[in-house]
Amino acid sequence: MAATTETVLGVFAHVDTTVKALEELRARGYHDLTVYTPVPVHEIEDVLERDRPVSRVRLFTLIGGLTGTCSGFLLTIWSAMQWGLVTGGKPVASIPPFVIIAFELTILFGGLATVLGVVTLGRLPRLRPTPTYDPRFTNDRFGVAVHCPPGRGGSVRDILRTAGAEEVRP
Amino acid sequence: MATPGTRAPAPTYADVNRDVLRTLAPPGNLYFGWMCVVGLLLAAGFLAWTWQIYIGMGAAGKRAPQMWAMYITTFVFWIGIGHAGTLISAVLYLFRARWRTSIYRAAEAMTIFAVLTAGLFPLIHAGRMWFAYFLMPYANQRYLWPNFRSPLVWDVFAISTYLSISTVFFIVGLVPDIAALRDASTGWRRRIYAVLSLGWEGSDNQWRHYRRGYGLLAALATPLVLSVHSVVSWDFAMALVPGWHSTLFAPFFVDGAIFSGFAMVVVLVLPMRHFFRLHAYITDRHLDAMAKLILVTGMVLTYFYICEIFTAWYSGDVFERASLFWKVTKSYAWALWLMYFCNCVSPLILFFRRARTNVVVLYAVSILVLIGMWFERFNIIVPSLGHDFYPYTWGIYVPTLTDSMIIVGSFAWFFLLFLGFIRVMPSLSIVEVKEVLDPPLKEGGHGGHH
Repeated sequence: MAATTETVLGVFAHVDTTVKALEELRARGYHDLTVYTPVPVHEIEDVLERDRPVSRVRLFTLIGGLTGTCSGFLLTIWSAMQWGLVTGGKPVASIPPFVIIAFELTILFGGLATVLGVVTLGRLPRLRPTPTYDPRFTNDRFGVAVHCPPGRGGSVRDILRTAGAEEVRP
Repeated sequence: MATPGTRAPAPTYADVNRDVLRTLAPPGNLYFGWMCVVGLLLAAGFLAWTWQIYIGMGAAGKRAPQMWAMYITTFVFWIGIGHAGTLISAVLYLFRARWRTSIYRAAEAMTIFAVLTAGLFPLIHAGRMWFAYFLMPYANQRYLWPNFRSPLVWDVFAISTYLSISTVFFIVGLVPDIAALRDASTGWRRRIYAVLSLGWEGSDNQWRHYRRGYGLLAALATPLVLSVHSVVSWDFAMALVPGWHSTLFAPFFVDGAIFSGFAMVVVLVLPMRHFFRLHAYITDRHLDAMAKLILVTGMVLTYFYICEIFTAWYSGDVFERASLFWKVTKSYAWALWLMYFCNCVSPLILFFRRARTNVVVLYAVSILVLIGMWFERFNIIVPSLGHDFYPYTWGIYVPTLTDSMIIVGSFAWFFLLFLGFIRVMPSLSIVEVKEVLDPPLKEGGHGGHH
């Protein structure tokens, strides 16, 4: 089966050359890009995040946190009602102390859901490295992988080289 | 201004990887010597614990009314130590304090190991620790649930949430660094790091969710850290014991926790910097910033001490006044005055800039602060319990060899975990240190833009 897309990787040593390549690629209509960076870089994010919605991790946090709040109140109120024991002349379902349990569970469930969000949305864990990945990307090199229709590889290579890639493959 | 070094030129990205990998090289004899000392002390602690289980709690000097004594003192001490780690990793992250990057990993590791150490004490103190699962919230065979109005139950929730969230936060921060270790190592190490890194590649999609998630975790950890020591303080403040029953306790405990935690960060980071030769990353500026935080939290603590004395007097309550008078003049007065010296007087030398960046002075002050903060918890627990409402419930606590050995063992346990950690994992965050460096530019050189 013939490949439906072609992938070209450019390796950069500098942030400004990477940004130049990204701008040029986007101007030419290549939007299917994977950019590898050793650290999150604002300049690169600025280019990439321009037309993307905010990461959905926050939705995980919200749902997790609310689940925690509800389960905290449910656990405490429900279990207090199981044995309606009046202590200190206070209501059986005494909300102020139960807020503490609900608060702690909000943080606990919210935090765990956040991690779940980071892992699932970031497609982790990844059992095999993606073909374009290079170990230098966790050190001091930046990578731009362009996924383009077959036959367009030549022009992509030109763009990457002109922008200042120190290595282009294949 | 992004250069972390004062003399040498700023490190490059590759320098950071190289310098952090250097810390993972096979250690020398000195390291194994320390590990042996720590291991022996830990063994002694376990021996003492075994003895206590065999003999009973009397072996630990527990006699009414002194049923809390050194175990709960040390429990609160360790929980407090943890707080500075979260403060550095979460609160200073939200405030974008750039100096935190080169110490936050060590501080975060400190948090987790401190909470793990603290977590031992409820077990040790429970006596029949094989019933520790009673702490979990579930119904007993008569369908009676735990009393959620009890501060001790709040404590279980607060501490276990704190441990879980700190651990998760710590692991999330480690993932990109472990990926860097994976890419730089070979053989079985590479395989282990590959699994632990979850196959992290640093692609734009991964960073995008990672950054958002990390910020949210920091935002969750910030109120958590304030709540945990407040809840610990309510273990005391909810009781009617004179000297405990005060609304001052929550902020008083939180401030003291941060104060002692920063002292512990200094105690751990200074030798780390010396032995790993990390002077380019942990500079005088970092020491200065930590010393200032110790100074500020120390002065706030002094203010709380004054408030504590004032409210005891101003309440007009005869028991509060008697308890205070007994504390400052009788059996345990030496401990109280030692605490005042260590926590209120000794940090004042940090008003001088030269003292803040002087390694010896800073280290000495930090040790004094740790001693002072341990005694603070001692002074809250032992003299208050020993002198409450009725003379026939008064009583003195005398430490025994057994509980002293267990306390020493807890320190050994903490240092064993920390020493082990710094040899297998990056004790300096590769990613975060790089983030505050100037990114490599082809044109214009070092822009210093951020």
